[in-house]
Amino acid sequence: MLRVESVRKSFDGFLAVNDASLRVEKGEIVAVIGPNGAGKTTLFKLITGHLKPEKGSIVFKDENIVGLPPYQVCRRGISLSYQVVNIFSRMTVFENVQVAVLSHLKKTGKLFSPARRHGIEDTWQILKSVGLGDKAHRVSGSLSHGDQKVLEMAIALGNAPDLLILDEPTAGMSPEETAVTIELIKRLTEQMGLTILFCEHDMELVFSIAHRIMVMHQGQSIIQDKPDIVKGDRRVQEAYLGGE
Amino acid sequence: MRDSFSLKTIGFLAAIFALVLVLPLVIPRFYTYTLALIYVMALLAMSLNLVVGHGGLFQFHHAAFYGVGAYTFALILTKTAMPFWIAFVAGPLAAGLSGCLIGGFCVRLTTLYFGMLQIALGSLIWAIVFRWYSLTGGDDGIHGIDMPSCISSTNASYYFILVIFTLCLIILYLILKSPFGITLRAIRDNPERCETVGINVNLHKLAAIVISTLFAGIAGVLFVVVERSVFPDLLFWILSLEVFIMCLLGGWFTFSGPILGAAIIVSLRTFVGTYTEYWTLILGVILILLIFFLPEGVMGFLAQKARPHERGLTAGEK
Repeated sequence: MLRVESVRKSFDGFLAVNDASLRVEKGEIVAVIGPNGAGKTTLFKLITGHLKPEKGSIVFKDENIVGLPPYQVCRRGISLSYQVVNIFSRMTVFENVQVAVLSHLKKTGKLFSPARRHGIEDTWQILKSVGLGDKAHRVSGSLSHGDQKVLEMAIALGNAPDLLILDEPTAGMSPEETAVTIELIKRLTEQMGLTILFCEHDMELVFSIAHRIMVMHQGQSIIQDKPDIVKGDRRVQEAYLGGE
Repeated sequence: MRDSFSLKTIGFLAAIFALVLVLPLVIPRFYTYTLALIYVMALLAMSLNLVVGHGGLFQFHHAAFYGVGAYTFALILTKTAMPFWIAFVAGPLAAGLSGCLIGGFCVRLTTLYFGMLQIALGSLIWAIVFRWYSLTGGDDGIHGIDMPSCISSTNASYYFILVIFTLCLIILYLILKSPFGITLRAIRDNPERCETVGINVNLHKLAAIVISTLFAGIAGVLFVVVERSVFPDLLFWILSLEVFIMCLLGGWFTFSGPILGAAIIVSLRTFVGTYTEYWTLILGVILILLIFFLPEGVMGFLAQKARPHERGLTAGEK
């Protein structure tokens, strides 16, 4: 479904991503792990079009998506949920998700028909499935951090993506919130058949839900394989697990 | 914003509408004229607020489009034999077209850079109008523009403006409640996230600017209907600033705030202006007080009082 081949990206001479490759098949949950600064977020932003790779190719559903602006990448079926909460803070929780749904339905240009007639069912369904139904009419900026992170994911679901990219979905969450979120991610993949690509520092989470794991170190992808094999790999232990 | 009107709101709106319908019959002509002027400025402020308060764009030279609308209308009426209604439609169209051209350059930039480029391009229009004596009358402007007899009396022009103003309010309200309106507010809150959920941000910004400048053009045309004249001050940046202040004063995150802001500023200018030349001094003091005590404007403040938990955010984060 998604094939990233030896992409490279540098900022002012610093090589953030250097020769990273990644493969995600339909229905899979793939995790990207690596120490801080390994280039995980940069890699995701290369895929979503927020950054442009200097070399390498990114092919999604047999189409080269390098150079497409983020909104075009999203329309092809890739949704990103940010590491840092990135929501529409003055709008209600409901509107936050509705915007994404409207965008997916290609109705954002409708001028004279009331918004309460468009995308309502889809929005409710998403809010209920992530457990924000009872908070739908709160201003999103007033939610707790954990709820905002869940809303962050709910917005990404609004586009009914084929591939959902989660950048540290549990960052900053309490242990209870983390547990709820893990359940949520598992349920999403089982019920909606979503393909998920995520990165995470919580190793327990990674090894409990990922089908395959890609390890990044200093901008390079050093291995991508099943959790057991990754666990036993010498290079991984040297680069990452061994250091802990 | 709520989705449906309560009976109380409908009653309140009906009462206001009845009041503004009856007023010209009982108040002196000068006040009728001032009221009409308030509607014109209110429409201008609301058109600006569509992109500033709801769209989060730094539309710093909105008056340029207002002036383009007014001048187009005035020039067609005085220099050609075309009928009134063509001029009336051409004014807003010209404003929208100039909005599309200038906006097309500006949307590529963000925040302050957007604003600075717009001031530069808008001032260019002002300079052309100011210098082109043979066409625009330069700094003299054009005066004594004839209106059709049916709207030439003060009261008739008042009602004409009131009808157009009300229609525009309804349309603006519908737009803000539409999917486009929600998208616009989402772009204001977080343009980056909008891109990520598949929204072509620049295109939506440009559409908002075109709509906003169309309405600014209508306001410009209505100004000529009240005043029967045009002059370069109509597209000078000081007026842009004044309209911006109307939005801030009234409440830029609310729908009706700019109307209130326009009413306050126009009344002040008219009545304080008769006592002192330095009324802008008072405007300055108002602006300072506003920033410190009512950062969301009068209507924003009232809305916060009425529904404290719903507007849980303070303006400090903006």
